[in-house]
Amino acid sequence: MQNRVLLSFRNWILPLTVAAIALAGAHAQDLKSFEQRITTKVLPNGLTLIVCERHDAPVFSYTTFVDAGDVNDPSGQSGLAHMFEHLAFKGTSEIGTTDIADEKVALEKVEAANNAYEAEYLKSVGRDEAKLAELKKAFLAAQAEAHKYVVPNQFTDVAERNGAEGLNAQTGLDDTMFFWSMPENRFELWAWLESARLSDTVPREFYKERDVVVEERRMRTDSSPIGRLLEQFLATAYVAHNYGRSSIGWPSEVGQINATEAMEFHKKYYVGSNIVVSVVGDVKATEVMPVLEKYFSKVPGGPKPEEMTTLEPKQFAEKTVTIREQTQPFYLEGYHRPDYHDPDDAVYDAIGDIMSNGRVSRLYRSLVRDQQIAAEAEGFSGFPGQKYPGLFAFYAVPIPGHTPDEMRDAIHKEIEKLKSADVTDDELAMFKTRTRADLLRGLADNQGLSNSLAEYQTRYGDWRELFTQLDKVDKVTKADIRRVANKVFVASNRTSAEIITNPPAGAAQKDGGAQ
Amino acid sequence: MKSPAVKDITKISLLFAVVAVSLAPLATSAQQNKPWEKIPVPKLHDFKPQEPKRIVLKNGIVIFLQEDHELPFVSGGVMIPGGSRDEDPAKAGLVGLYGQAWRTSGTAKMDGDQLDDLLESKAAHIETGGDDDSTALQWESLKGDADQVFSLALDLLLHPKFSPEKLQLAQQQDAAGIVRRNDEESGIADRESAKLVYGANSPYTRQPELTTIGSVTVDDLKAWHDRTIGGKLIIGISGDFDPVAMEAKLRAAFEGLPPVKPESPRHDAFPGPTPGLSFINKEDVNQSDVQIVGLGIDRHNPDVPALVVMDEILGGGFASRLFQKVRTELGLAYEVGGGFSLAYDHPAVFRVVVLTKSGSTVEATKAAIGEIAGLNSHPFTQEELDRAKDNILNTFLFRYDTRDKVLAEQERLEFYGYPANYLETYKAALEKVTVADLTAVAKKYVHPEKLAVLVVAMGQRSSPGSMS
Repeated sequence: MQNRVLLSFRNWILPLTVAAIALAGAHAQDLKSFEQRITTKVLPNGLTLIVCERHDAPVFSYTTFVDAGDVNDPSGQSGLAHMFEHLAFKGTSEIGTTDIADEKVALEKVEAANNAYEAEYLKSVGRDEAKLAELKKAFLAAQAEAHKYVVPNQFTDVAERNGAEGLNAQTGLDDTMFFWSMPENRFELWAWLESARLSDTVPREFYKERDVVVEERRMRTDSSPIGRLLEQFLATAYVAHNYGRSSIGWPSEVGQINATEAMEFHKKYYVGSNIVVSVVGDVKATEVMPVLEKYFSKVPGGPKPEEMTTLEPKQFAEKTVTIREQTQPFYLEGYHRPDYHDPDDAVYDAIGDIMSNGRVSRLYRSLVRDQQIAAEAEGFSGFPGQKYPGLFAFYAVPIPGHTPDEMRDAIHKEIEKLKSADVTDDELAMFKTRTRADLLRGLADNQGLSNSLAEYQTRYGDWRELFTQLDKVDKVTKADIRRVANKVFVASNRTSAEIITNPPAGAAQKDGGAQ
Repeated sequence: MKSPAVKDITKISLLFAVVAVSLAPLATSAQQNKPWEKIPVPKLHDFKPQEPKRIVLKNGIVIFLQEDHELPFVSGGVMIPGGSRDEDPAKAGLVGLYGQAWRTSGTAKMDGDQLDDLLESKAAHIETGGDDDSTALQWESLKGDADQVFSLALDLLLHPKFSPEKLQLAQQQDAAGIVRRNDEESGIADRESAKLVYGANSPYTRQPELTTIGSVTVDDLKAWHDRTIGGKLIIGISGDFDPVAMEAKLRAAFEGLPPVKPESPRHDAFPGPTPGLSFINKEDVNQSDVQIVGLGIDRHNPDVPALVVMDEILGGGFASRLFQKVRTELGLAYEVGGGFSLAYDHPAVFRVVVLTKSGSTVEATKAAIGEIAGLNSHPFTQEELDRAKDNILNTFLFRYDTRDKVLAEQERLEFYGYPANYLETYKAALEKVTVADLTAVAKKYVHPEKLAVLVVAMGQRSSPGSMS
């Protein structure tokens, strides 16, 4: 059903956050039934396996959940985690090559040629353009030589020919997910493919893939008004933490990542203790667990990578970003909030629900229905991530004739109401009912369930939190909502961003071709 | 950096004549070990998808019941023939407004706002919407609320009360969409490339404008409802319900309605695009959206199975010719792909899309056109055929791996008048496609000289010298 002509803003924030916790809740009897269907196992290398039996159609879905994302990109290498994710589709020493020994020699030459080229390119004094051109030529020649051993896209080809459906991966700031669904008789083949790419990655065709990723940046960020706005918004909201850094990578950084750096990232973060693999579908745990064990034991062990120590310092000055261009007006603001371990985590969910969920929500009724100044207005939590302290954000899309300033004032009025008066009993009850129902709805889909199990296992150390979280939801009170609103929604904790429409002029001033 | 996109863009049209075919070599060299081929693939577990029960009422209304007791929900929907392609061009956008105001207005018994409060307190939903060939009403709730939600949905279906306030609200929302439709490059490219194929005033591409949506009145919405509600309704229910009680309830609700009136057949002309190049300037992008388009086909066409296999070879997956060439070999795009899409009752659009940086617009376009033309000049191999068939047939299961998907498929087939066993015969036909079939359909349907190319990119065509 098409119900909106507008490009929903949600489409923009969803790819960046992995799962906006659509499931949050618990239900005693569901937990019990799932405990009977779910088997977990931790391998000696630290990798956690989850198998959930769901016998209907002869298919299964899987999720590989790696607790590393672009927030872990080293300084100067923004976009690295995402770049590595692309590399994980390029095959292994057994798949995608005609001769791995010779190919590895050729790849080392590619790396050396790239280093030589980069060294000259980055000289700030005395760069020799003729030499640079020659080094570039040598770099391209080395790539061509290495390409001779490549069987292009063989990894994905084998997966697709064997019925992989919805084959994809997603790199967020917090984590990286790989997933697809398959007929159940390909289970062992899948285990071979997936464990091999995690443990035996070859930096094949790296530099061509880097061009592809830079192209992805042009699509998502450079060539999209909302993409540009979000990048500037986050860069302004954060002064210290990596949440403020472009997740797909600043052009000068993602454009110069090399294969050695990508493989170092792999070595550090793709260790068993940092990975959860979940499988949901028509499989028997007793039969598939030994298969999983056989293949996924190949993933290297190693210590769980150290956690990031940078904490975003408390914001004390209100900040604003204004973008003026030939795009329709838009308003967005965000407030720093604690991470998902915070005891008030469910209170933020309640605020998000009451302010934004559906046509009964406060922002819809106020800005869209009654004042008729906005086409859409919502608040949402955990942007751009939730593992570390993220933002609680609000946005509104003005209808023609209305301005970002009006959006801001109207949003602030609704926030003030939240701070000065309790929400109603009905609103609070509605939040709890809907959360419970949404949890149940999410169980219907193999892939969605697999993603959630892996995510909760990673984030809470126990998939059961997917269900038991409802206890926290049930405990949320009206006073909690008022208290949290008063704590977080204050001007000094706010960053706002707006698009103001420039009248179409003759020559635009934008520098469109940043490369 | 200098962007040659615009200056060189006119050269693209020449490419239709001189097509350089150079296909990415796919694994021709000897590969010693293929360990994955040694992994056993056991017989798939037996599986017969559960078909919904089909009930035809005396008045022609069709009901499908699909039981699924895994979760405690019941959902339902009514498909109603007639959509935006049938609306008065002077009121383009009417069906979109109708789809919103129908639900938000509510009924005489309960207005839309009250309905929102009641449903949301139960985590239930009733929604309405409009598409190009149909409108629909859908509902969903927990099992315990199913009777009440069904009554509300039925009341909304049969006794809507369109309110001027909610129509105005929908008009404002759609106006926001209209003024924003050029903000995103892909929005422009998708819309304008479809216009190239169908014509700007075609029922499939005409755009709602501020004036056309402004002219829609409450009486128009009522008239639309009264006209379409007498059509052949298709009702589908799925979830955790008792089938006997449900059938009785649906019969009681729908059997008394007058006999359905058939939709009058459409007689649209589909001339296809005027070949050549169109360019749309967008200043705030550094990536070009290139769309190569032509007239596609509809699903009734007996050549569909061979075309679908050919499509897989052209632009289907990671191993497709377009992906291998433009993304993997040339590194010119993150997004590249496309081909013939299929519509159920009219020719769809043939569309290949490439997104590439401004500076490589010509090169990427040339490469994509080369692959399209190559369908006629670069012979299909048995290996390509086998791969494409594997890709399609081994994922075929995912068309009916949930009961909701099986139900949706049966509703769709009923709506467009296809036989209920369509998927089975279609699958059997896919299995029989040969290399000779591919060559024949390429010859019959791939005509690069009839395609149009649309480029949305940064630059000013009139004064390419100003770019620097």
